[in-house]
Amino acid sequence: MTQVERHTYDVVVVGAGGAGLRAAIEAREQGMRTAVICKSLFGKAHTVMAEGGIAASMGNANSNDNWEVHFRDTMRGGKFLNQWRMAELHAREAPDRVWELETWGALFDRTKDGRISQRNFGGHEYPRLAHVGDRTGLELIRTLQQKIVSLQQEDFAEFGDYEARLKVFQECTVTRVLKDGPAVSGVFGYIRESGRLFVIESPAVVLATGGIGKSFKVTSNSWEYTGDGHALALLAGAPLINMEFIQFHPTGMVWPPSVKGILVTESVRGDGGVLRNSDGKRFMFDYIPDVFKEKYAQSEQEADGWYADPATFRRPPELLPRDEVARAINSEVKAGRGTPHGGVFLDVSTRLPAEEIKRRLPSMHHQFKELADVDITAEPMEVGPTCHYMMGGVDVEPDTAAARGVPGLYAAGEVAGGMHGSNRLGGNSLSDLLVFGRRAGLHASEYVAALGTGRPAVPEDQIDSAAAEALRPFSAEASDPDLPQGQVAENPYTLHQELQQAMNDLVGIIRRAPEMEEALSRLTDLRMRSRRAGVEGHRQFNPGWHLAIDLRNMLLVSECVARAALERTESRGGHTREDHPGMDRTWRKVNLVCELSDPSGGLADTDPERGQVTLRRRDMDPMRDDLLALFEKEELLKYLTDEELAP
Amino acid sequence: MTYTAHFKVWRGDADGGDLNDYQVEVNEGEVVLDIIHRLQATQASDLAVRWNCKAGKCGSCSAEINGRPSLLCMTRMSVFTADETVTVTPMRAFPVIRDLVTDVSFNYAKAREVPAFVPPAGLKPGEYRMQQQDVERSQEFRKCIECFLCQDTCHVVRDHEENKIAFSGPRFLMRIAELDMHPLDAAAEEGLDRKVSAQDDHGLGYCNITKCCTEVCPEHIKITDNALIPLKERAVDRKYDPLVWLGNKILRRP
Amino acid sequence: MATGTTSSTESADSSPARRGVHTQGRAAIPNRHLRTDRWWVPPLVTALGLGAFVVYSTWRAFANGDYYAAPYVSPFYSPCLASNCTDMNGGADWHLFGSWWGISPALIVLIFPLGFRLTCYYYRKAYYRGFWASPPACAVAEPHATYTGETRFPLILQNIHRYFFYFAIPVAGILTYDVVLSFRDADGNWGHAGLGTLVMLVNITLIWAYTFSCHSCRHIIGGRLKHFSKHPVRFRLWGWVGRLNRHHMLLAWVSLISVALADFYVYLVASGAFDDPRFF
Repeated sequence: MTQVERHTYDVVVVGAGGAGLRAAIEAREQGMRTAVICKSLFGKAHTVMAEGGIAASMGNANSNDNWEVHFRDTMRGGKFLNQWRMAELHAREAPDRVWELETWGALFDRTKDGRISQRNFGGHEYPRLAHVGDRTGLELIRTLQQKIVSLQQEDFAEFGDYEARLKVFQECTVTRVLKDGPAVSGVFGYIRESGRLFVIESPAVVLATGGIGKSFKVTSNSWEYTGDGHALALLAGAPLINMEFIQFHPTGMVWPPSVKGILVTESVRGDGGVLRNSDGKRFMFDYIPDVFKEKYAQSEQEADGWYADPATFRRPPELLPRDEVARAINSEVKAGRGTPHGGVFLDVSTRLPAEEIKRRLPSMHHQFKELADVDITAEPMEVGPTCHYMMGGVDVEPDTAAARGVPGLYAAGEVAGGMHGSNRLGGNSLSDLLVFGRRAGLHASEYVAALGTGRPAVPEDQIDSAAAEALRPFSAEASDPDLPQGQVAENPYTLHQELQQAMNDLVGIIRRAPEMEEALSRLTDLRMRSRRAGVEGHRQFNPGWHLAIDLRNMLLVSECVARAALERTESRGGHTREDHPGMDRTWRKVNLVCELSDPSGGLADTDPERGQVTLRRRDMDPMRDDLLALFEKEELLKYLTDEELAP
Repeated sequence: MTYTAHFKVWRGDADGGDLNDYQVEVNEGEVVLDIIHRLQATQASDLAVRWNCKAGKCGSCSAEINGRPSLLCMTRMSVFTADETVTVTPMRAFPVIRDLVTDVSFNYAKAREVPAFVPPAGLKPGEYRMQQQDVERSQEFRKCIECFLCQDTCHVVRDHEENKIAFSGPRFLMRIAELDMHPLDAAAEEGLDRKVSAQDDHGLGYCNITKCCTEVCPEHIKITDNALIPLKERAVDRKYDPLVWLGNKILRRP
Repeated sequence: MATGTTSSTESADSSPARRGVHTQGRAAIPNRHLRTDRWWVPPLVTALGLGAFVVYSTWRAFANGDYYAAPYVSPFYSPCLASNCTDMNGGADWHLFGSWWGISPALIVLIFPLGFRLTCYYYRKAYYRGFWASPPACAVAEPHATYTGETRFPLILQNIHRYFFYFAIPVAGILTYDVVLSFRDADGNWGHAGLGTLVMLVNITLIWAYTFSCHSCRHIIGGRLKHFSKHPVRFRLWGWVGRLNRHHMLLAWVSLISVALADFYVYLVASGAFDDPRFF
């Protein structure tokens, strides 16, 4: 029997970003003893990187706004592939979640009459994003973090122990969800600081681990985004959906190389920034798709009029949805009209006075000045697409955020799939975190309360095999007698770089069948080599070891992405096939569901040459009539098949 | 321009350690964190370092470069000459865990001791009204990314371990200032005087306003001028100024 | 387990080898600091600058002579409150202290501007760093075994800064009056201006700018309010003071130099070493 540290909680939340913290707050307020586990320090989650704002139809800036308009915008943005019930709940509940933050101390920018100010963003019909300058994500995280502290202070007053009912296990990584039969019974993981192993027994586990961006070379995501939750769910027997849809943000930094991929906020374009190619041409006018022709300006004059007078003029094409702009930039660079460092120019310096740029875009000014030595008030930025957001994720029940097929497993935030369909609108992620974070915490608590005392047990053999799996990188060289003494078999950093390169080149923004087949074969090779990945040193805060373990997750998730992308023979939202350029109405209602080939979850025993995941197609539930009625018939015709519209 | 730089990186743990020498490639446009990552990938796979966003937004990669508390991701290699030795050590005000990773739990313990925002009674969610000019002071402090470089550089605790009990440090005194300046914080109505508490419970008097916290702040928050000194003045209002006390008695301003 | 709550505060061993950055448990680095820049330059310059002013002002304050050359009076000697003051022809020579005061009359009044500057938030930083090495520079270990900051006597008295601010206002008012009087000639006729007038005018401008840029002033004028929106006038004033306050260090230095120069100018003229050029 493996020696591990053991704890018992009612609810365990994996991940301490916006969704995780919101879930933990809810579970604690429902009376559950709650643990939060995060890979980084408390308060460092990737949510802090969100810049633009939180979308919620509070109607402060335009009183015509309401949840129905927000719902429509979300469905259009996702090209009608969204899980419509999630989109509905999200649009209905987002305002309450934002207002709640104020009662916990958040300080949003204000309107003249003292309410929360709301800003315009791509795809949103009205100004809708509650924001704090260009650091809204930081405000969100800090507010939730401080709410957790305030709950701990309450517990301290009551029990004399800050952690009596809510504890944050920071710098810990979960490697397995443990199960008793079909039901969740706890989690297994290791403490990064000491390398010791631990088990938390708990009948409910909420996954809130974010995205998968670190499988790609150029990404705006932080190191934590290794698809842990996606992989944990798969390994626990829960399916993933929509894994082919990855949002490439059109504007990431391209130079210097070390910061390639870091986000340049959409607000730059919202505030007047324009995209030009190396010929100095504002090329976006050439890339307005037919479906958007009526809504976007056809000339520079018309576009420039919009900033001051949006009622008379049409929007500039720089503000097309993210997928359109990203593809346009990609095409310009491929056609040889890119910048010296392989991007295009994003220029705000000739559009606004220097002082105005510094006031409106303080952190962008700071970021370019400090990281690229570029003064954006005097010269253009160089930008290009960067892997930004995973639309796909754990297949969940819309109302409860419960993972289908695994009682006790919940997922919220980026790790959950469905809500955003094939493409997410800017600002909808922060509201998603809050709405479904709360729902996951609430329903996990209800599930635990209903269990009573009959809780699932943690089987010892699962702990043993999880421990063996976690520690394998330390004995990698022992398994290969041909290697010289002390030399590491495969360097995890090298494997990671090769994986990122493969995904970036072969399953990137524009996809082709032969390249994805090539990607699958490279993934097979990497998977085999990763079995021999080994590390030096000991278990205490060893980043090489951590990466070797994360590689399992990235490889699993990458395989899902590649297989699903190969299967879907159309282009929609965050999935663009060069060999199938059009949107196909028959694909609209189809979800691609990824499942583990070996349902026992014993990865080590599967043949590495065979794929680890299998795909199946599943039809989505038809949209409720009252929601369908929110759209014009002509618009629905663009997306839905005739038979779907028939009745 | 690519060159080989000489790095000295502190490696070790609580039981001891040394500055280790490395020769490592440096390319144009790189920051110190890139070099640390290159060391991990090529020469020292177990070199421990914290980092997350690599864009100066999360405050994880705090360390000391050539003796100055800095974020590894925001220190560009171009500020050094090619023949200059770059010395990287963990933060020296906190216990070390391993290599560049320190135990920053002091800060989390102090964070818990600052009483949270007190919501005003009688206002429901959605009914909060605040003016932009009233929230701006606290908003500046909420830009804090909690890198704890101010806590690291502050000589009150850096040079005097024993003061860690009585002194919360610039970050958390600033947090008190943020709450005291929050236009709707109702702590006073609940009988909590944050001004007095800053002085009595959080060691505001230890601060001798030598401004190192402001110097190292990567977010360029004017910690000393906008948070600590105003907080000291607020404490004076409560504790040392009979004129203000008298004025309040006569005018009965809430 | 890493929960962020284990207190790191151990029993402090106060021997130098185990103090501060060398405390048990912190990264074992023998150097007091690893800074490679010339970190000692700013505190050295500060110490030399302040030291020079202290030497000069001590000499001038005790000199009790050459402080009045009609129509100019040295800012060190105004207002002049003892009977042994030179007659200043309508100036601020109010003999409130009577004849028992036998030493330099400058010493009566200088305590206020001196106290204002001594307790000033900028000067505190400057001399804590420059003279007391607490700390000498950021991330450079200070030499003291213990530190209590401004928590106890005498440094707790720094909290009375705002009283010196209250006193600094009438003092600056009197110096302003002196400047007005410098528009008269030596016989008391209006319509005069010499180089001395200009020197005094520049000096008083800088003194007012320094006085209003004071952190206590910023607090009193508006900083102490919870809701700026309910006090629009004070909010605007607070904004102006805030803009000055950003240059508090600069103003502290230039007004210190200007006050010494103004005194020195009066000394030169009064001692007959220099003839005041007259503009009109």
